[in-house]
Amino acid sequence: MAQINITNVSKIYAGGVEAVKSVSLDIADGEFIVLVGPSGCGKSTLLRMVAGLEAISKGTVEIGDRVINDIEPAERDIAMVFQNYALYPHMTVYNNLAYGLKNRGTPKAEIDARVAEAARMLEIEPYLTRKPRALSGGQRQRVAMGRAIVRKPAAFLFDEPLSNLDAKLRVTMRGEIKQLQKRLGTTSLYVTHDQLEAMTLADRLVVLNGGQIEQIGRPLDVYHTPASTFVASFIGSPAMNLLRATREGSRLHFGSQVLESDRLSALPTELTIGIRAEDLRVARAGEQSLTMKVDYIEELGAQRLVHGMLDGKKLTAALSPEIELSDTIALTIAPSRLHFFDVTTGKRLAQIVDGAVGKREDTGALEMAGG
Amino acid sequence: MTHAPLSSPTPAAPFPSGAGGLFRRFKARPSEDTSAKRVQFNSPLLPYLFLAPQMAIIFIFFYWPSVQAIQSSFYLEDPFGFGSSFVGLANYTDVLKSNEYLGIARFTAVFTALVTFFSLSIGLLLAVKADGVIRGNAAYKTLLIWVYAIAPPVAGLMGMMMFDQHIGPLVKFAGLFGWEMKVGLNYNDTAFAMIVVSVWKQIPYNFIFFLSGLQGIPVSVREAAIMDCRSGLRRFWTVILPLLAPTAFFLLIINTTYALFDTFGVIDVIVKDKAANNPITLVYKVYMDGFRGNDLGGSSAQSVILMIIVFVLTIFQFRFIERRVHYN
Repeated sequence: MAQINITNVSKIYAGGVEAVKSVSLDIADGEFIVLVGPSGCGKSTLLRMVAGLEAISKGTVEIGDRVINDIEPAERDIAMVFQNYALYPHMTVYNNLAYGLKNRGTPKAEIDARVAEAARMLEIEPYLTRKPRALSGGQRQRVAMGRAIVRKPAAFLFDEPLSNLDAKLRVTMRGEIKQLQKRLGTTSLYVTHDQLEAMTLADRLVVLNGGQIEQIGRPLDVYHTPASTFVASFIGSPAMNLLRATREGSRLHFGSQVLESDRLSALPTELTIGIRAEDLRVARAGEQSLTMKVDYIEELGAQRLVHGMLDGKKLTAALSPEIELSDTIALTIAPSRLHFFDVTTGKRLAQIVDGAVGKREDTGALEMAGG
Repeated sequence: MTHAPLSSPTPAAPFPSGAGGLFRRFKARPSEDTSAKRVQFNSPLLPYLFLAPQMAIIFIFFYWPSVQAIQSSFYLEDPFGFGSSFVGLANYTDVLKSNEYLGIARFTAVFTALVTFFSLSIGLLLAVKADGVIRGNAAYKTLLIWVYAIAPPVAGLMGMMMFDQHIGPLVKFAGLFGWEMKVGLNYNDTAFAMIVVSVWKQIPYNFIFFLSGLQGIPVSVREAAIMDCRSGLRRFWTVILPLLAPTAFFLLIINTTYALFDTFGVIDVIVKDKAANNPITLVYKVYMDGFRGNDLGGSSAQSVILMIIVFVLTIFQFRFIERRVHYN
């Protein structure tokens, strides 16, 4: 077990394409870090540089106290779980697990003991003599995990390990990976494009975009205070509503519609407003409100997603299924729940908002001036 | 209008005749999941009709000559076709008692083993190296493959020029080491040239198959092996080679057959019909005795023996080697 320090790491391909741009990240011992981002954001490249499957163009990666830039992958004391399992098809499950240990000259008795332990942990004992092709997808994924576990490495690297599984199995395996990592306490670096997987697994998640880190933080912090419009739209489902607005004094204009709050004074006059679908609620009589024209509805059971238009712009609200709907609904939101972003850079206007509007815990919709 | 049925404009019936009806009505059977692609024929005769041309070719060019060979191996044929007399197994005993024949059989065994071994291993080595090349690998592969496009006699001719007494670069090269190579005169030198030319001719074929086999190994499996095993050589023996085994096994059979039979052209060019003291293989001996010596009976007996050898060899390969092959 060890910490991992990634310092100013870049990946520049022949032809000058920079897939990863000077990324720095310190991972504590035993921490579960999830790299998340859309395809092409450089998350897999970063992981593969740590694994040693891609050369590091610039910067250093340390595992423990050792710079591993020029160390062979097999000597880096790491184990990797691949997306398509990458099991050795000609070997039995037992040999798949034992292969890495055999190559390191581990004594036979110890190999047996470690394989038995891993097999018990992952409940794959009945399949040890089978070949991978005689296993189901979930079982193969367990074997792939087992192959990583038996090595007792300093760190686990996961490259989208669940994306080949069906939805139900993915949820189960997600839970198991989390439990296993907690039990073993092994530092883990996990790559996914699935924000839900990222949210549920991570101790801290790292949102990548275009080869750069957009935000590092605990899942709930990232969810509640996204650092940019990119993070806001990527983390959370449904995606956060992002609307352009102009401020005049204490009034926010969304086209023809207006919200009013006395705590907006420090904000710029042009801004992007972020609204989580679940922060919207139906306005009571007399409350100031935004009027949404309903387009269509998605029933999720516990929630109902109402998609519609707010002055010509798309808006989604997550409402209770009990509420009766008409063609237009009047929605309201606590001003403290609004997220403000810079129009040009997309960065969160954190200081200004927190100073002017206050923490979101201490305010409610009722403070809003009557509209 | 006498042609009314044929010129019928109904688009739904493009084949108004009886045969057309057969074609129109065979259809896929949707209900059975295991045979989703199996076609159901309405007439039980139709599938045999489809097979008939292939069966005819196999029968005319393979079974019939085989039967003829077996039959004539029991006869002593008059060289001028004036009749034949039944001699029982005499042709076989003559052949098997002949020291010359046994010597040729020994050479054939050594020749086949060496040609198979070297053409497989060099083909594999080149494929592994070419697979590792990233830049300009298309040009690389083309250069390695195009030897295969050369016809065997031409390859033999080119090989002979390489080994020519006066202008052959290989002879000159060997001369640098004090090896006075006399292809066509010295038994061992001739054998050496035959093996080199035969191997050279077969390498591209093996190269193509090994290369495609290598490219069929998933990248992630190789990467997993890189994480698990430091030594590249050990990775090759424990992961890459076992995954190539199906290809290698197929090539083993093809190469054995090649060395036994298809090297005929190469040998023919090198010994130029005058075997004399030169090494030849069994199949060339069949040709020499049958077409040059006009001993059709003995020649037939030899080809039957050859048939049996190949039969046994193939059974051996499938029984004992294929068992170790993992098909994915």
